Amino acid sequence: MITDDLTALLALGSIALFVVGLKRLSRVRTARSGNALMASGMLLAVVITLLEIGLVDYRWIIGGLLIGAAIGVLIVVRAQATQMPEIVARFNGFGGAASALVALSLFWAEVVEPTGETTAAAALGNAAATTLVLSVLIGSVTLSGSILAELKLRGTIEGTPQIPVRAVLMAVLALGGIALGATAVFGIDDPATAAALVVGLVVASVLAGLVLVLPIGGADMPVVISLLNSMSGLAAAATGFALSNQLLIIAGTIVGAAGLILTQIMCVAMNRSLLNVLIGGYGGEATEHGEYEGVVSADAESAAMVLEAAQSVIIVPGYGLAAARAQNAVYEVAQALRKQGTQVRFAIHPVAGRMPGHMNVVLSEAEVPYELLFEMSEINQDFSQTDVAIVVGANDVVNPLANTDPTSPIAGMPILDVENARRVFVIKRSLSPGYAGIKNPLFERDNTVMLYGDAKQMLDDLASELSSNVR
Amino acid sequence: MGPLLVSVYVFVLAAFLGFELINKVPPTLHTPLMSGANAMSGVTLIGALTLVTVAAVSASVVLGVLALILATINVVGGFLVTDRMLSTFGGRS
Repeated sequence: MITDDLTALLALGSIALFVVGLKRLSRVRTARSGNALMASGMLLAVVITLLEIGLVDYRWIIGGLLIGAAIGVLIVVRAQATQMPEIVARFNGFGGAASALVALSLFWAEVVEPTGETTAAAALGNAAATTLVLSVLIGSVTLSGSILAELKLRGTIEGTPQIPVRAVLMAVLALGGIALGATAVFGIDDPATAAALVVGLVVASVLAGLVLVLPIGGADMPVVISLLNSMSGLAAAATGFALSNQLLIIAGTIVGAAGLILTQIMCVAMNRSLLNVLIGGYGGEATEHGEYEGVVSADAESAAMVLEAAQSVIIVPGYGLAAARAQNAVYEVAQALRKQGTQVRFAIHPVAGRMPGHMNVVLSEAEVPYELLFEMSEINQDFSQTDVAIVVGANDVVNPLANTDPTSPIAGMPILDVENARRVFVIKRSLSPGYAGIKNPLFERDNTVMLYGDAKQMLDDLASELSSNVR
Repeated sequence: MGPLLVSVYVFVLAAFLGFELINKVPPTLHTPLMSGANAMSGVTLIGALTLVTVAAVSASVVLGVLALILATINVVGGFLVTDRMLSTFGGRS
């Protein structure tokens, strides 16, 4: 049929938009246009699908699209810049759930609802029946894992509770789920029994997702979400097999593969292995608070006096900056310093915040010029020629233990060498440990001065002290 | 070559493509790239569309509509949130 050939050709256009878009999204200059290309690829895919299904009853289709689009827009519009990572986790869970639900809908439509007694394998074919089970399994794991990841990022669930015999439990849940699913689609021709077994598959998969993510600390959630993202792609591909939809197979598989590579890249940036991340137990609960000795603190006024004399300042933002929503305040301080002729730069650690690139997102909200932001490798050697380093709500990424203590949980993680600056100001609420839950000897250094307080308040005070003195 | 084998070919080649597509990514773009790829995984939306083409209400249609809504949230919200992250990034020229 002509329409079949036409839609198949158009689908190729959609795939081209996805591929070129994803490529462009991985380069700073072209990222935004890449995202737009991928979105138009998705729109084209929807149009193609509507052409393919032809004239049908559109009530559910239009209703579903409108409700989904409205909720999606609402979630993004209402989100704060600091919540972006959580939002990504939530959307990812929805995507996984959608793939599982498509597979379940297909199962109900073809096996449970028809009156005849037949197995799914007989109704759909062996390959479709197998991938249907995989889609439900992977999609459900993605859903529960992503929801838990969102709660961990938000801090609703803290710590890294260890689950005894976790690996065995995971294997039992995953293999048990597959066994239930396989029996349902190959062995049972009674629709009610088959349906009950598939529900068992869903429950086992949801539990497997929880067991997978629960013992992993909040700091590692970015890697987990990236991995779950890869899985939601695979779930979509499995759904594509079950529906014999090539476009779904291709797009899903590309996300699955690219997501896996991105996960690997993130692990390298944190100097961790994926296995090490998945074993969990890293971060979360404070393992050793440690006592601090000889810590010096000061107030905004005396800190401002030091800053007035500084020729060069490097600001190191961390999650505390995002949590206190202090991005505008920190830029005000930077502008006040620049007005008096001080060189100001921002040093961005690759894993500062709760997600790689988190700081760039937050600072760009305050319209901090891109030229002021420097990656760790570009700026780390400059601390020794810098008058003042201001650490705002960062902890683990400036902890010298990473270099000196091979037994430390963060050993080997590349850090920003702020201690080499002539003077270090650390803006922090207290001496409490960061995500890795360990003591930070930086706070005891002779050249370190703690500025206790809320990051936004302290930066506002600094900015007003600085600007009042300029006059 | 049967249709299943074609699908397997497509799957394997797409996997190679995905592996090669992403090589060096600056840390700045890790989050937006993850977010964009995540929006793309909402492509399962087109699977949901093919399952809700009747007016009647049944378990399969309810599951399909739920899938359609969640996938659309994933797609629309995902591309939007990625654009929001990138909107104020420098280096657009």
